Amino acid sequence: MIEHLTSLPVLLPMLAGVLLLMPPCGKNKSIRRIASVVFSAITFLFSVALLLKVQADGTQVYAIGDWSAPFGIVLVADPLSTLLVCLTTLLSVVCVLYASAGDDEKGSFFHPLVHFLILGVNGAFLTGDAFNLFVFFEVLLIASYALLMHGGDKKNTRAALQYVIMNLVGSAVFLIALGVLYGVLGTLNMADMAQKVTLLQGDDVYLAKIGGLLLLVVFALKGALLPLHLWLPNTYATAMPIVAALFAIMTKVGVYSMMRVYTLIFGDEAGELSHMAQNWLWWLALATIAMGAIGVLASQDLRKLVANLVIVSVGTLVALVAVQTVEASSAAIYYLVHSTLVTAALFILADLIARQRGKVADRITAGTPVSQPMLLGACFIIASVAVIGMPPLSGFIAKVWLLKETLDAEYAMVFWPLYLLASLAVLVGVSKAGSTVFWNHQGKATESARQERVHPAQLVALLILISGAPLMSVFAGQLSEYAIDAATQLHDFEGNINVILIGEQ
Amino acid sequence: MELLYAACVGVLVSCGVFLILRSRTFPVVLGLTMLSYAVNLFLFSSGRLSLNSAAVLGYSKDYADPLPQAFVLTAIVIGFAMTAFVVILAIRGRADLGNDHVNGQVPDNKVKGKV
Repeated sequence: MIEHLTSLPVLLPMLAGVLLLMPPCGKNKSIRRIASVVFSAITFLFSVALLLKVQADGTQVYAIGDWSAPFGIVLVADPLSTLLVCLTTLLSVVCVLYASAGDDEKGSFFHPLVHFLILGVNGAFLTGDAFNLFVFFEVLLIASYALLMHGGDKKNTRAALQYVIMNLVGSAVFLIALGVLYGVLGTLNMADMAQKVTLLQGDDVYLAKIGGLLLLVVFALKGALLPLHLWLPNTYATAMPIVAALFAIMTKVGVYSMMRVYTLIFGDEAGELSHMAQNWLWWLALATIAMGAIGVLASQDLRKLVANLVIVSVGTLVALVAVQTVEASSAAIYYLVHSTLVTAALFILADLIARQRGKVADRITAGTPVSQPMLLGACFIIASVAVIGMPPLSGFIAKVWLLKETLDAEYAMVFWPLYLLASLAVLVGVSKAGSTVFWNHQGKATESARQERVHPAQLVALLILISGAPLMSVFAGQLSEYAIDAATQLHDFEGNINVILIGEQ
Repeated sequence: MELLYAACVGVLVSCGVFLILRSRTFPVVLGLTMLSYAVNLFLFSSGRLSLNSAAVLGYSKDYADPLPQAFVLTAIVIGFAMTAFVVILAIRGRADLGNDHVNGQVPDNKVKGKV
């Protein structure tokens, strides 16, 4: 059992998804809910077990079917991928719990789809093979298409159609990139690719460059980097909020893939090709932050506002990835965890606020007051302080850290003013939204809206996410040590190749 | 053979891209299908084109790279599923939105002059 631990975060959600389709889970609503929560909790516990094992024994490499790399497909659980797997499974627990309060019955197969999505995301984080990465991308995408349509209306169909078409084109580009890279390198195992890239000569260098930059297009699309971010606000704002909260991890899959490909394969050792995406990433990331900040100021409703916050966070992350130092990557890892938790919490809050405000829903205008202003207000304050990056919560630590790591003259000149202005825009946008929603009342609440209370399951889910921000700042020491360790291993070219291809620690 | 093969992929890609940029869902779906055909052909060629060579060692003088063939199989299966999904979605979009434009509304023809 213990030697198969690495594969469990991928296998368990698949098993759970299949079991949830079959009786008794398929027939009975309450059994299905309980089973789904239990399954996701079990997956989360095994992910934590994997995390502890990785911390104790170093990177775990699992050769599927015992075919060793580079011939077979390997799953690589290093500190970074395991951390993200834990984050994903935690998010799935929260999401399933929240949806069990009633959202899951608005369409069919909500619970199995969530588990299939988690299967895809975990697989994408753990895999050490580029083609396998494509397969897991498709798994998570097809689950996300169906989840996006869950309980949707007309606006939702339009957004889903555009999202699906965009992503199908993205998949085609992904395959072309993989074809080019395979044709040149003769392998798609990421560690082996990294090794082969250093040996390239002549025209092959340019072919590999084309392949690498095509991959950048794909990851930019998944990660919602400018100019391929236009699908995100519509998609996230029309999806059911709990689905949007779950999708908070999906843009991070794109960013994570960028981290892997452009630090391991096209990193320091890649000769002519080293850091080839750096310039693109850097400027596009800055533009993304600017667009996101403008979007935050222009948002008419809470969900659009949070969707634009996601864009700002993607821009910030990619900017840190583009710096390509160990220090910047460790700041990026901390920021990634923080931003995923806090944006998911905000999506959930937007939903709860919308339910209690009746007709006005989550539009940022004067409307009827919410029926539980103390609870929702307090949660909103915590989440917004975290997302803006004010002390004492995790956002502040992340912000100071990432500003410190970009202090290098070349970066600071552009990044600091832009990022601080964007933070100001976020501050203005979020405080305007908060004060309008909670303080600017108009009209009387209808009886049904006044009766609306937060369901206990929803409350637990919300509190788990909200507690992330203070906890991340209380345990900032341990977390940052972990992030630095993860980033060091991410940038350790020799170490990665030794562990994955030769099998020594 | 290489020239014919490359031309084939190129024509398929350009037709696919042209169709994807159309404004109604049916041509877009056709374009996606063409693009996926082109991608499959391209992936297949990444193991180099060769004649009379088996994918298994020892059955012929030269051997073909079996990995791209496996890639293509995977890509075909995934592409098939995705195409089925997008067709259903397009039909639902037609039903929900009352037209088959990707933007969900027919653009104002008086301003543009023609459809």
